[in-house]
Formats: sequence, C-alpha cells, structure tokens
Amino acid sequence: MTHKSRLENCFAALKQQNRPALVSYLTAGDPDADTSRRLLHGLPKAGVDIIELGMPFSDPMADGPAIQKAALRALNNGQTQAKTLEMVRRFRAEDSTTPIVLMGYYNPIFCYGVERFLTDAAKAGVDGLIVVDLPPEHDEELCTPAAQHGIDFIRLATPTTDAKRLPKVLANASGFIYYVSVAGVTGGSAPTPERLEGAVNQLREHTELPIAVGFGIRTAEQAATIGRFSDAVVVGSALVDCIENANTPDEAIERVHGLVSELAESVRACREVSEEHQF
Amino acid sequence: MNKPMDLSSSLPDANGLFGSFGGRFVAETLMPLILELQDEYTIAKSDPEFQRQLAYFQGDYVGRPSPLYFAERLTEHFGGASIYLKREELNHTGAHKINNCIGQVLLAKQMGKKRIIAETGAGMHGVATATVAARFGLPCVIYMGATDIERQQPNVFRMKLLGAEVIPVTSGTGTLKDAMNEALRDWVTNVDDTFYIIGTVAGPHPYPAMVRDFQAVIGHETRAQMLEKKGRLPDSLVACIGGGSNALGLFHPFLNDLDVKMIGVEAGGKGVKSGLHAASLNGGTPGVLHGNRTYLLQNEDGQIIDAHSISAGLDYPGIGPEHAWLHEQGRVEYVSATDDEALEAFQVCCQQEGIIPALETAHALAEVAKRAPTLPREHLMVVNLSGRGDKDMMSVAHHLGEKFGVKQL
Repeated sequence: MTHKSRLENCFAALKQQNRPALVSYLTAGDPDADTSRRLLHGLPKAGVDIIELGMPFSDPMADGPAIQKAALRALNNGQTQAKTLEMVRRFRAEDSTTPIVLMGYYNPIFCYGVERFLTDAAKAGVDGLIVVDLPPEHDEELCTPAAQHGIDFIRLATPTTDAKRLPKVLANASGFIYYVSVAGVTGGSAPTPERLEGAVNQLREHTELPIAVGFGIRTAEQAATIGRFSDAVVVGSALVDCIENANTPDEAIERVHGLVSELAESVRACREVSEEHQF
Repeated sequence: MNKPMDLSSSLPDANGLFGSFGGRFVAETLMPLILELQDEYTIAKSDPEFQRQLAYFQGDYVGRPSPLYFAERLTEHFGGASIYLKREELNHTGAHKINNCIGQVLLAKQMGKKRIIAETGAGMHGVATATVAARFGLPCVIYMGATDIERQQPNVFRMKLLGAEVIPVTSGTGTLKDAMNEALRDWVTNVDDTFYIIGTVAGPHPYPAMVRDFQAVIGHETRAQMLEKKGRLPDSLVACIGGGSNALGLFHPFLNDLDVKMIGVEAGGKGVKSGLHAASLNGGTPGVLHGNRTYLLQNEDGQIIDAHSISAGLDYPGIGPEHAWLHEQGRVEYVSATDDEALEAFQVCCQQEGIIPALETAHALAEVAKRAPTLPREHLMVVNLSGRGDKDMMSVAHHLGEKFGVKQL
C-alpha cells in the first residue's frame, strides 16, 4: 500500500467534490510573529485548502511591491528560517491534513544548509517547496534531495515555457504544477481567462499533476472564472495587501480571513453552473 | 590592436559554473530567454561579421585602443615599482563600461530586441548603456538607487540628455543591488521585447562570461602594449573590484601566465572589521543572489546585508562568480582599501599625474600606494585606470571640501 501525501489526498477529495482548491499565500512573520501565527491557524477554517507560506527574503526579485513589503515587515520583526519552520510545526500539531507549501528564494535555504533544512522541514510537516530561482537546470541543488525527504518540489510553468522546454520543466515536478498566469512579478495585472484556459489545457496534455494558477488573481469573481478550468487558484498579494492596509493586528486578521471566506465561497460554487464542462 | 575576444577559456562549463560558482538561478519565466541569449552569444563569438562590427565600434566610436601610459611621476612619488596606467578613462563616456555595452547592444540588435534596460550604481554603466541605446536608436530605461541618484547627479543628467528614462529605486537602501532587483523585475515582465544589459561580470550565465569576454579587450591590449614597450609581460596587475568587470577584463588574458601577479582591490569602506564595507571576498560568504552563486555580504540566515563604500560603483554586496572561483583557486590575490585610503590615493593621482580618477579606481591606486614602494624599479605594475572622476566631484567635495575651502559644490 502506498502512502499518499497530504497534497494527493487534498486534490483527490476536491476532485470528488468537483471544485478547485483555494490556495492562499502569506509571508511567514508578516506583520509580526504572533499575528502571522494567528493568521495561519485560522486559514483552514476560513476556507483555504492549501497553504503557501512565504519564507521572507531581503531581495525578492520575482515579487511585486506588496510581497516585497511583506518580506521586509517580517524580517524587520525578526523572522528567520528557523522561526518559519517552527510556525509550521505548531500548525501541524493542530492540523494534520491541510497541506503546507513553503515558497521563497534559494539563498536562505542554502545558508541554512540544504540537508538540515529538508530534515527540519520534513519533521515540521512541510509538504512541498516552491523555490522561484531554482530552474530544472539546478535540480541537484534542492529538487532531488527534497524528493528523498518526501517533500514535493512544485515547479513553475510560465507563458514563456514553450513546447521545447516544457518536458524539462515537468521532468522532476511533483505535488502540483504552478502555472504563472502572466510574465511578470507577483501582484501584477491579471490575464484574460480565454488565454489562460488555453494554456492550462495545453499543460494538461503533458502532465497528470493538478494545475494551480496564480499571479494577479485578486477577487472572488476572478477566482471563480479561473477555478472553472484549473485545479487550484492561488491568491497572494491581495491577502498581503489586507495586512498592509490594516491598522491593528486584529483588523489584519479580520480582513485576511474575510477575503479568504469570500474566495472560498466563490470557488466552491464556481462549477455548479457548468457541470458538463469537465470531469 | 583590436584583438578578438578570448576563445581559449574553458570556464565556465556548459551550466555556467566556475567550480561551484556561477550558474543560472533565475525565475522560470527568464530561462527560455537566457538559453536563447547563450545560443546567440555562442554564434556571435565565431561570427566574423559580428566581430568586425564590434572591432569597428570599439575603434572609431569608443576610441580604442586605450593607451598604456608610464606614470613617471607616480612611480617617482612611490619610489618603487614602475607604474603603468591602462587609460580606460579615456574611452568614450569615461570608463571601461562601454566596452561591454557596445558588445551587448550589437547582440540585442541581432536578437531583434526593441528595448534596452540596465541597472547602474555610480552611473557609469547607465551612461554607457544610454549612449549605445541612443547610437542604435533603442528606447532605454535605467534603474538607479535613489541614494545613488543623490550622490551621482551629473551622471543622472547625462543619462537623461542621452534620452534614457532614469527610474529611481527606493526599495532596500536604494543602491546598486536594489537597482538590479528592479531591473530583473522589469525584465521578467517585458521578457518578449527587452534586452537587459548587465554591467558587470555577474548575473545568470552567460552574462559573467559574456561581459568578461567583451572587457578582455583591456587585457589583450595591455599585453601587446607592454610587449611593445618593454619586450616582456608585466609583473603585476592591479584593479578595483565591485562586481569585477574591469578587473577581469584586465586579468583574464593573463590567467595562464603564472608569473603575472594579479591583485583585485575590494572596497573596504570604514574597514572590513567595522562591518561597513563592500568587500564580498574578504568579508562575505558563499550564497545565491541575482542569478549566480558567489560570495555575498549576508547574515547567517541568508539575508543580504547592505554594502558600504564611498564609491557608488563598488557599493554592491556581491562579486562576479569567476572572481569567487579565482579567489578559491588562489590565482588572484584579493585585498581591500578603505574609503580614507581611496580618498588619499585619489588626491595623489590628481596631483602627481594630472589625472582625476574615479573613486572606484582610487581603490586600486590605494593598493599601489601600499605595494609599489616595496618593489624594485624593474617591477612592471599595471593599474587599470578604469574611469575618470568628474562624476565624483560632489562626493569628494563633501569629504575634502574643508581642506580646499570649498563648502558646497
């Protein structure tokens, strides 16, 4: 009997329900350690299916202003790699089913030590990694060792990933495929749904893995549109903006969980009118 | 005198690695373009027409070859080694930066790109990029840290005159690394039509090798010029290092001449022990930033620490990956010079030779001041006079104004 990962179980259950997953992104330690912990622990109840937790980095080259500022808030309040892993461990003690994917850049992992990081991450209950600046050419750095620790390495496919390159991108991918909806940084403008649907369908011809779509999805309406043809929708900058715009930690939590609830309701209903569409 | 680019070098390997340094640590969105750039560059290296154009622009537009000048007064002043200055400051736009920009803009044209972007610290690379963009009729956007804009006003004005849009970067400390982050964000957003002219021997492969090759004209000329003047190779080469392009340009053609000693001078700021410096090799550790693995100024959690230097062009918390490799191989000796030592050497060069060097270059001269007096006159020491100092008048006036009775310039 093969052991199924939390991500596999999650996507299998959602397939039964015929709805996409709602994936949230927040930066660990934003705006401070305590508020960030409270934000994290409330996500599943508010309707998040999969949690992406950002590991803050001083030089986030692929992120727009919202997530850049989130990283700085977290780092200025003393967030470290060790504290991020500790957040996951405490979350896992309370919630044994919601998958957690750590997202960020390679340098903080490299400096922590790859083996030590993977050992600690597996122990804490991390399910997957998204590392923006590790293309398949550098799989031996982290992707291959992660597999040995039972941690999925989630690959990004983008509008510039052509047919020639796609097999390379998919080769060692696991968990799910993250389709970056636009060439650009996080928090930018959203693409047209028609073009996105075409791109996702094209991806499906080459992989059995679930396909998540992210970058530029801010509203419940967008989430519903994209959720009709993708297996998961990722919302990040819009949630992070809620933190920036709040005056108090309590207000930040209320705003973030409020937006999550709206998004959750929307993705749960998005395929009801178009049953014949898929599956 | 316009030698072809160095084709003999075996590094980096196919993955862009110099030992464990270098590589292509970039977002997937950029990978197809970076692979295409690598292919195009490989073709250009052996394309006679590309080489002919490069030689033409290096000669008639840049003004190469730059002289190798025997600095007689400086030699007497220090009373030791014979000092030769490789006069890169006489190039069009006043620094070595244009050697690389000409090469990259020709490549951009060949690839059919419609828009040029670049990062700049002191503004010399920004000016050189704006210059070639103007010459080739391409729109140009320069990212420059807000702090640097403040201290390099003349160059900001020059870029604007040349038709470039200068975008102030306020994230981080508003210096070179933040400008590079912002340029990378622009590139990933406009990947279809935009060519990113990186100004130093850093970034994802093939940039470190490509920029080195375009700058190696400095070393090739130096070699021929010294052979012509003295009938032998120099004994030592000295150059300042921020990212390290002027140093690698001078050093690279001599790497296999083991009798030629090479000294790279990092910016020591207030002193490497003070923590306020830009000396990545002398005060940093290996890490991954801006597309490559190299030595970085960072804390133990892998967060990048801001560099400090009186010179905006050296104010970068990393260094080109090939330097990291040469450092570990022990082929090049890497030292540092403080802000004060650089300022002192800056004045000596002005007063002894009538040449106002860039503050960056003054770091190399500071090492000459330490080393030359201990060596005999037969020792031939070449210093890369990588840039002129007109752009630094405000900074220098700020630091030395009292002495000359100048409060404000």
